[in-house]
Amino acid sequence: MVRGSATRRWLGTAGFYALAVLFMLPTAFVFYWMLTLSLKPQVEATAFPPSFVRFTVTLAGYREVFTKYPFVLYTWNSLVVATGCTLLGLVVGLPAAYSIARWRQQRLAVVILVARIIPGIAYLIPWYIFFRSLRMVDTYGALILTHLIVGLPIIIWVMISFFEDVPADLADAALIDGCSHFGVFWRIALPLVKPGVVATAILSFVFSWNNFLFSVILAGRSTRTLPIAVYTMISYEEINWGTLAAAATLITLPVLLVALLAQRHIVTGLTFGAVKQ
Amino acid sequence: MRSSFTHRHAPWLFPAPAVALVAVIIVYPIAYTGWMSLHEWFASSLARPRFIGLGNYARILLGDPRFREAVVRTIYFTVLAVAAETVLGVAMALLFNREFWGRGLLRTLAILPMVATPTAIALVFVMMYHPTLGVANYLLTVVGLSGFRWTYSSQTALYAIAVVDVWQWTPLIMLIALAGLASLPREPYEAAHLDGASTWQAFWHITLPLLRPTIVVAILFRAIDALKTFDVIFVMTQGGPANATETINLLLFNQAFSYFNMGYASSMAVALFALVMGASLILIKARRTAAW
Repeated sequence: MVRGSATRRWLGTAGFYALAVLFMLPTAFVFYWMLTLSLKPQVEATAFPPSFVRFTVTLAGYREVFTKYPFVLYTWNSLVVATGCTLLGLVVGLPAAYSIARWRQQRLAVVILVARIIPGIAYLIPWYIFFRSLRMVDTYGALILTHLIVGLPIIIWVMISFFEDVPADLADAALIDGCSHFGVFWRIALPLVKPGVVATAILSFVFSWNNFLFSVILAGRSTRTLPIAVYTMISYEEINWGTLAAAATLITLPVLLVALLAQRHIVTGLTFGAVKQ
Repeated sequence: MRSSFTHRHAPWLFPAPAVALVAVIIVYPIAYTGWMSLHEWFASSLARPRFIGLGNYARILLGDPRFREAVVRTIYFTVLAVAAETVLGVAMALLFNREFWGRGLLRTLAILPMVATPTAIALVFVMMYHPTLGVANYLLTVVGLSGFRWTYSSQTALYAIAVVDVWQWTPLIMLIALAGLASLPREPYEAAHLDGASTWQAFWHITLPLLRPTIVVAILFRAIDALKTFDVIFVMTQGGPANATETINLLLFNQAFSYFNMGYASSMAVALFALVMGASLILIKARRTAAW
């Protein structure tokens, strides 16, 4: 009897892990396939039936990405835009989030929320007309400003939920001691929400790095970012799958690694603080 | 020393830079798009915008079958993808709502598709979907099924793209549902257990009703973004083949940036916004009204 129930428990556990693997296999497989394709020589990348485990490992795809395309420039562009967007977003967004949390400025919060709902393309048409007449298409400024449309609302909303956790008594006590509001924000609130700032910065960086819609129109030859570069590679009828997979890996690996640092806050960021983990 | 002026006005000085920035990068362009939607203007010509009132709206609503098809397609794609994500995501959350070895690994793995660059993911799927060389069809033949033409056929293209969306976003619903499950009270289950309720009854009468607000939030966020899907479709099919994947976003992008028909495209942008807003309001109402 006892042995029977032990067997059943063991079967239950085995069944659970079998289901778990079944559910998570597609997630893992796409990344595995991207990585292995990028390491295969062309003959094996397009071989049918494809090889899953045994293949010749080569870095030819990666070499080609850097020699045939100005990939260093694209990476630099992506870095500049994502960093610029994140820094500007933090400088402007942190005091706003603090203020919304401390003085309960709900109307401001709603405006920011609506900005999240509006389709990006509704911003793109005026921005394109605007930047074209200012001759600002293909500048970092145009990209950073438009990426902020996505980045700033995320920074503000996620930071509101962090600032709300700062005890109001702490701020009041400091005010009585003669501290200015800015002093309270800078010396008391900000140090307390430092983990939140790091997570938010990472989120904003990732969103800017991944942005395609704004960059495909507003980036030109000299400011082309990585997602656009990959897109143009497909349109050039690049048939070397190893090269394409290498480019895909190079683009997405940095964000995957960076995102792992903030993984507890990713869902909070994606749901605008509606779901806290 | 604190100056009394800045001290008294801190509540609006703090958000002032953000408000100014939001006004410039968000409010102004939206107003401009609304205004532009009342004009006929080709950005490629030298002619100035011509005011035509609601002419563009009359055209998209009554005279443009391609737009109507795009609206239906957008809604169909969203319902299809989000429904699949919800069922799968909630099922996975119920499965994983326990202590087990590898929980951290699962969470990490679930995060990855959501943050991966959509363009790169689309590119990988383009290669996997290749009708003769792709691994997708190979795997289908291994289990005894015949292959598809995926994004290469107008009959399957929209579904093939929905699969990418499901692959990317099911983990989000799972993680949201897991957070919801973790916050459920224990008492109803204990009471149900004492009353001799089965696991299935407990799920149907306790878990699901209690979890419903959380699921609605998850659906809300997914629906908003699925209606606006652009990157993956643009990279994989550009709306083809034979317009089979031309959603509102794709149609409007081409009107604006291939034909430079800015007024007409603006009216479509307003229509898309109305659709997203309408869906959000319905879902928010659904969350509030029912007695959960």
